[in-house]
Amino acid sequence: MNSSRKAVALAAVVAALSLTATACGGGGSDNKTSTKGAGYDAATTGKVLNASTKKGGTLKLMSPQDVDFLDPARSYYGFVWNIQRLYVRQLLTYDSKPGEAGTKLVPDLAETLPVLSNGGKTYTFKIKKGVKFEDGTAITSKDIKYGIERVFAQDVLSGGPTYLINVLDQGQKYPGPYKDKDPNKLGLKSVLTPDDQTIVFNLKQPNSDFSYLMAISDSSPVPMAKDDGAKYTNHPVATGPYKVASFKPGKETVFERNPNWDPKTDKVHTGLPDKVTFTVTSNPDDMDQRLLSGDVDYAVDGTGVQQAAKIKILQDPKYKANADDPFTGYIRYFAFPQTVAPFDNIECRKAVIYAADPKSLQTARGGPSSGDLGANMLPPGVPGSDKSYDPWGLTAGKPQLDKARAALKACGKPNGFKTTIAVRSNKKPEVATAESLQASLKAINVDVQIAQYDGKNSSSEIGSPTNVKKKGYGIIVMGWGADYNSGAGFLQPLVDGSFILPNGNNNYTMLNDKTVNGLFAQAAAAKTPEEAAPIYGQVNKAIMEKALYLPINFDKALVYRNPRLTNVFYNESMGRLDLAVLGVAK
Amino acid sequence: MLVYILRRLLNVVIMLVVVSMVTFGIFFMVPKITGSDPALLYAGRTTDKVAIEGIRKKMGLDKPITTQYGLFLKGVVAGRDYDAGPDTTHCPAPCFGYSFKNEQPVWQDLKDKVPVTLSLASGASILWLLGGVATGVISALRRRTLLDRATMITALAGVSLPIYFTGLVSSAIFVYSLGWLDTINYPDGGLASDPGGWLNAMILPWITLAFLFAATYARLTRATMLEILGEDYIRTARAKGLTESVVIRKHALRSTLTPIITVFGLDLGALLGGAVLTETTFSLPGLGKAAVDAISTGDLPVIMGVTMIAAFFVVMANLVVDLLYAVVDPRVRLT
Repeated sequence: MNSSRKAVALAAVVAALSLTATACGGGGSDNKTSTKGAGYDAATTGKVLNASTKKGGTLKLMSPQDVDFLDPARSYYGFVWNIQRLYVRQLLTYDSKPGEAGTKLVPDLAETLPVLSNGGKTYTFKIKKGVKFEDGTAITSKDIKYGIERVFAQDVLSGGPTYLINVLDQGQKYPGPYKDKDPNKLGLKSVLTPDDQTIVFNLKQPNSDFSYLMAISDSSPVPMAKDDGAKYTNHPVATGPYKVASFKPGKETVFERNPNWDPKTDKVHTGLPDKVTFTVTSNPDDMDQRLLSGDVDYAVDGTGVQQAAKIKILQDPKYKANADDPFTGYIRYFAFPQTVAPFDNIECRKAVIYAADPKSLQTARGGPSSGDLGANMLPPGVPGSDKSYDPWGLTAGKPQLDKARAALKACGKPNGFKTTIAVRSNKKPEVATAESLQASLKAINVDVQIAQYDGKNSSSEIGSPTNVKKKGYGIIVMGWGADYNSGAGFLQPLVDGSFILPNGNNNYTMLNDKTVNGLFAQAAAAKTPEEAAPIYGQVNKAIMEKALYLPINFDKALVYRNPRLTNVFYNESMGRLDLAVLGVAK
Repeated sequence: MLVYILRRLLNVVIMLVVVSMVTFGIFFMVPKITGSDPALLYAGRTTDKVAIEGIRKKMGLDKPITTQYGLFLKGVVAGRDYDAGPDTTHCPAPCFGYSFKNEQPVWQDLKDKVPVTLSLASGASILWLLGGVATGVISALRRRTLLDRATMITALAGVSLPIYFTGLVSSAIFVYSLGWLDTINYPDGGLASDPGGWLNAMILPWITLAFLFAATYARLTRATMLEILGEDYIRTARAKGLTESVVIRKHALRSTLTPIITVFGLDLGALLGGAVLTETTFSLPGLGKAAVDAISTGDLPVIMGVTMIAAFFVVMANLVVDLLYAVVDPRVRLT
């Protein structure tokens, strides 16, 4: 056992001792309620737990990670998009309902879903009357257009997704509002605002996913008069039930009621608590203690409790009754870059897939509560997914060494080969899975070196195809979740050849296949997301048959919910408790 | 004396310039040599060319390294401006840089954290100094007794147990089990705004940090004291008929304090630059936690700022220690 492992082991023992002490005694919190819970995993069953319309109280959120940005044009963390359901609204949003209903888009600032015309290339939205910014000024179509234009000012406002640029620029090379020569700073030609209540988007070609883009935070309205560019992130103007009362980076954000939010204009958000606090901690084990003692309501990052608390919860029925193990929407996987020999040969890729021990990989990630055995590259909840599709027999949970040796022979390397796994050093479960695969591959004489790198440098380390080839990274460990709930939102950055980038590349396998690229184009041309869904199923099958990926887990996270929370359920569009409706019993 | 202080202050400035050159070189020149691009760290998941160019321009990374360093020094002395899109953000002196992650000048972010670290370091240092020296003296005077052995074993435990152990266990016992203290939330505005909350937030960090340091001081005091008690001038003092308490207080303890002050100055100076483990364990928003956060997000200007502040405290603490020598030991003359 090396020194760092000793430290981790010691920390785990300490945390376990601490949590034991927590379980033995009381606590200084006035939030303490009965630990009688609704039952293990009850919030994932498609029902609303503790349904209530009672207002008041303070909802206390905590996370070991701070927000990336409060500016809706710049945020990209999944949990921050959930937090933004407190204070910003878009034309459309995901419904605040449990089960599959939560993956459906509903009108929010818009009166209705968009009217499509011009062969699916024109989207027209009518904006609700009576919707206002926190200062009381009415939200108009121009504010929405301006908010979208800000995304184009990447030189000033980087960080967020850039899908809107890809779809709406159409060769204009629009520089964003700060360099816009239009006197009203509304020079983006593909978006029209014929009147204050109407906004029209003219696309170059049909795109069945466009409505999803209108539900991402970067489509939120921004009042031009209050926009101070990069500094806007410290005081964004609210349109939702809450406004940002204070923001202290690395410490705390406080949300208070937005007096100009009118619940009559809103069928999605309920705004029940009087106040919402979001606290950043540097000690996740301490956060778990606070959760179990009732001092904190929800660990909003949604990545689940630490190992010590996990053991405590799973062993103690009274804690277990307040815990869930929802799908997070993420997949954990190994990718095989085809640019690195011998992974240019499908048989060598198959050899690694067959030799892997899926059960051992799952254990390395934290056991069954960390996720279901991965079978393919589309996790449950994404339209087009099929959990039972398992072309390589991974869910049997055992290595298939005979098949692995046969594949190795077919690959022309009957005596094995050498390769390198690239893994983020700051992601312990990923390092553990790399070690598990390394051990499994010894059985077929595949000699694996593990190269650890700082996760901060992902975009230049594994996101640079040149670097991957230079360093001979034959296997890359990664995790992935969708930016929006469609097959394209999930798969396209991973496998569409047009998404290959010199830096920040996510298409690690370097797949640039006409059939796969064509399927994405076909799905985009579909009239509705429902029509597109089976096409994404075909993409999934096409890439799995090429043996480009070894899925590890359909990711889950063991999450503890304070029993005083009301309207509890996991919104399937994000795998998190829905902050749009979450309340607290006093 | 005045000339000595002025000369030392000049040395402080030179030392800080050297530290700034070294740290600036590590953070901004080494990536350039190794071919990695700090702008990519800030760009997040997207690697839009326009975004990366914008970041380079805003942070000055598109300029030669010497120009970048010159701008950094200018910022520290006279402040500088950063592009914010529709207007600029002025970073007033002392401008240690601009946090791209927090979209604010580094000093604006760190100045709220200095009082937290100051509260932690000052309270803990008083506790460990008093506790450590007192137990060390008692242990030396009761050498080889049960009390001496019990004290030294406790001291050994204090040195051996890491903060993340004592911190978590003490929280579990006193906050979550016994309920004697509320959960630790450092109040905005610190002592001035909420003395009760401040005390509640500081008491466990003080004790756990002091427990670690007091152990070292107890052992150091005991060893030094024992050595001094064997000196000729102590025997002479006793032979002169002085009472034992006078011998201990006026002669032995005074000499013992010289090495204690040296170590204390270094420890306090280092702690003022951020008690990383303690602040992280107790989630105290001080300089140490800021440094850890900045390292995990790759926020180079904040790391640079914390380094400079830590260096300032260390060199200033050394200066104060040197001045105190003259007060504690009459044989020392500052020239």
